Amino acid sequence: MGKKHKKVVVLPCSGIGKVYGAVARETAYELVEKVRPGLATLTCLPLLVINDPEAVALVTENPVITIDGCPKDCAKKSVEAVGGRVAKAYEAIKFYKEHKDLKPEGIAEVNETGRKLAQVAAAEIAQEVDKLAAEEGE
Amino acid sequence: MDIKVQKVGIVSCSGEEIPEGTLSRLACRKVLDERPGETVTICLPLFIAGGEEERTFAQNYPTITVDGCDKMCAAKATEMLSGKPSKSLLIPEILKKHGLKAPTKLRHFGPEEDAAVKAVAEEISKAVDEVLEEA
Repeated sequence: MGKKHKKVVVLPCSGIGKVYGAVARETAYELVEKVRPGLATLTCLPLLVINDPEAVALVTENPVITIDGCPKDCAKKSVEAVGGRVAKAYEAIKFYKEHKDLKPEGIAEVNETGRKLAQVAAAEIAQEVDKLAAEEGE
Repeated sequence: MDIKVQKVGIVSCSGEEIPEGTLSRLACRKVLDERPGETVTICLPLFIAGGEEERTFAQNYPTITVDGCDKMCAAKATEMLSGKPSKSLLIPEILKKHGLKAPTKLRHFGPEEDAAVKAVAEEISKAVDEVLEEA
C-alpha cells in the first residue's frame, strides 16, 4: 500500500502591479494544472485575508509553498497570519536571476518568455512539492 | 492656487482559484492602464503584509472593489482593514447584466474572453466616473 499523500498548497501572491507577481501566479497555475495536478492545489489568497474557514483549514492542515512577487512577502505573511505552516517560501525573481535568458514582461499576464520562466520555476518547485508530500505521508 | 488631484483606488480580488479572479485582475489592469492619472491600485494582501501606509489607503483614497464571487473578499478586506469602499462591484452581476457567460479558464485569456474583460472594465470605469463626480 502506498503512502497517504496530503495535498501541498501552492500560494502565489496576488501582485497586480509587478511582473514578478504575474510570474508567481503563472508558476502556481503551471504546477496545479500541468506539473503536479492532483497533488499541488491552490486557494484564493484573499480568502485568507477575510479568514474564510475552508481556506484557513486548507493552509493549516497542509504544508504550504508560497511564491511572492516582491520582498513584501504578502503570500507568506498572509499564510502565517492565519496560523498556516509555510514549508517553503520563494520569491519569483530568484528564478529569473538563475535564468537571465528568460526575462519576463507583462503585468497582468506574462508574455511567452515569462511563461517559459514559469515552467522552469514550476519544475524546480515540483521537487519541493514531492518532498513535502512524501514527508506528510510518512 | 489650490489644485486638488483626486484619485480612485481600485482593489481587485484577483482570486487565484476561479476564472473570475483572473477576469477581475485583467479588467482592473485595463482601467489602470487607460486612466493612469485617475486610478491607483494596491495588492489586496498588502493590507495584512504591509505597513501603516497600506492600512490607511482607503482613508486617503475613495476605493472601488472588484470581486469575482459572492464571498466578496476585496470588499470585506478593504472595509475590515482599511476603510469602507465607495463602490463594490461583483463580476457575476456585471456578466449577467451584459448577457455574457463566465470565463472557464484560469489563465491565458484570449479573444474569447475579450468581451467579458471589456464589459467589466467598462463598469469599473463608469464607477470611477461616478466616484470622481461625487468627490
